[in-house]
Amino acid sequence: MAVFCSLKEAIADAVTDGDVVAMEGFTHLIPFAAGHEVIRQGRRDLTLVRMTPDLIYDQLIGAGCAAKLVFSWGGNPGVGSLHRLRDAVENGWPRPLAIEEYSHAAMANAYDAGAAHLPFAAYRGSPGDLAKVNQNFRTVTCPFTGEILTAVPAMRPDVTIIHAQRADREGNVLIDGILGVQKEALLAAKRSVVTVEEVVETFDGSPANACILPRWTVGAIAVVPRGAFPSYAYGYYRRNNAFYLAWDAIARDRQTFSRWIEENVMNPGSGIRDAGSVHG
Amino acid sequence: MGDFTPDELMTVTAARCVGNDDVCFVGIGLPSAACNLARLTHAPAITLIYESGTINTRPNVLPLSIGDGELCATALTTVSVPQFFRYWLQSGRITVGFLGAAQIDRFANINTTVVGSYASPSVRLPGAGGAPEMAAACQRIFIVMPQSKRAMVEQLDFVTSVGHGTGGGSRVQQGLTTAGPVKVITDLCVMEPDTITRELTVTSVHPGVTRDKIQAATAWPIRFAGQLSDTPAPSANELAVLRRLKAETEKAHKGTD
Repeated sequence: MAVFCSLKEAIADAVTDGDVVAMEGFTHLIPFAAGHEVIRQGRRDLTLVRMTPDLIYDQLIGAGCAAKLVFSWGGNPGVGSLHRLRDAVENGWPRPLAIEEYSHAAMANAYDAGAAHLPFAAYRGSPGDLAKVNQNFRTVTCPFTGEILTAVPAMRPDVTIIHAQRADREGNVLIDGILGVQKEALLAAKRSVVTVEEVVETFDGSPANACILPRWTVGAIAVVPRGAFPSYAYGYYRRNNAFYLAWDAIARDRQTFSRWIEENVMNPGSGIRDAGSVHG
Repeated sequence: MGDFTPDELMTVTAARCVGNDDVCFVGIGLPSAACNLARLTHAPAITLIYESGTINTRPNVLPLSIGDGELCATALTTVSVPQFFRYWLQSGRITVGFLGAAQIDRFANINTTVVGSYASPSVRLPGAGGAPEMAAACQRIFIVMPQSKRAMVEQLDFVTSVGHGTGGGSRVQQGLTTAGPVKVITDLCVMEPDTITRELTVTSVHPGVTRDKIQAATAWPIRFAGQLSDTPAPSANELAVLRRLKAETEKAHKGTD
């Protein structure tokens, strides 16, 4: 049942060392503020799950929070590499990072099965050499047609963390725009943390088919305006593409990266989410 | 005819591969530029879908990422990512998919995962994303990439997405019922799979490019079709529309909020 609390309390209660943590948001509504709180609280040995690791996992990996990454596309979209992810995989800095790699369809289907509390997902398509490096790619034979399908286990994170536009007073959560896999990831998880732009009285007047997570499916809710910066919240603020471009130079060098984390994440008064700030 | 860059020629050549009746799975970068160029020139009714679940989208500037707000704001409807992959891609509703690659082999299998060994790669690339199922489920695949010996390799370091497998009937034997890669468009030429062996064969050569130059940029002994075409140069209108789109995109991406 949804409980309103501070972001610090929400993360402290939900995330412990060694957890399997999914922070979802497909370009849109990426829970940056919550990810930064995980870094500040010094969590270690996390298995981080996310279809597109994006800058937030580059930051968590570079800060030493992760022992393992589960993902399906690891780049800075339209810009290039995630340099902290690459440094961890290629050189073991700041610590070795195990990887469990999928395709998008595999992960999306795995979350879907997780939300349904089914044990696995089946779909059509060849995983190529991924099946050689990830033993979770198996096959299953359709009992009706005999067709051989690709199977992956359901994704059931210990904790799912998402950002959404609004909660109402009762703690129901509304997501608008590009939906990604957040609904599935949250329903698949044992615990959840949702950060929101704002709390409104009710969702009266929203479309009848709006994407709403009822309060009895939600864990902690923390109000964090601009909590998805530098990604975006549809209807609130745009994606800060300039920051995504600037991140390439920040993350390329270990010292520059570490200084950026110290100045912008470890120092909660940094104003990183202030309008237009880049802090490069 | 004015001057144009190899990148512009690749984009225009790719754009000409699609038409009004196509439903395109659009990736970021050159494919996105090509599909929107087609929409703004000869194919105004083309359907564009991005894997963020934005269906029938008509962006005014090209997205930097697959899930930019511009795509949602200009889409007919936006569905979740699991729904996109299940109902829209896997069902076979998408006629055309564009893929890029770090490496490609002579049977148009592609690698976007690692250069070197998987356990300790010399270059860790982004990985699969939507590509493997796209290569399996789209009715036709176009591959767009610059040509070089590093990219057109004898042996892939990793097979991320299956093209024509080991050639011949290999794709069908793997249970793949769609056509797979039908064209590879580079900055030097256009290649198509041979009808029997499925080996990539040069069918059209770009303006000012020689056979030697194509071979020098390919790690395997490349085959040329008996009837070789000359790739038409971009028209003035195509170049003007593409350049305007790129300029507006660059301006938009510099904005911060």
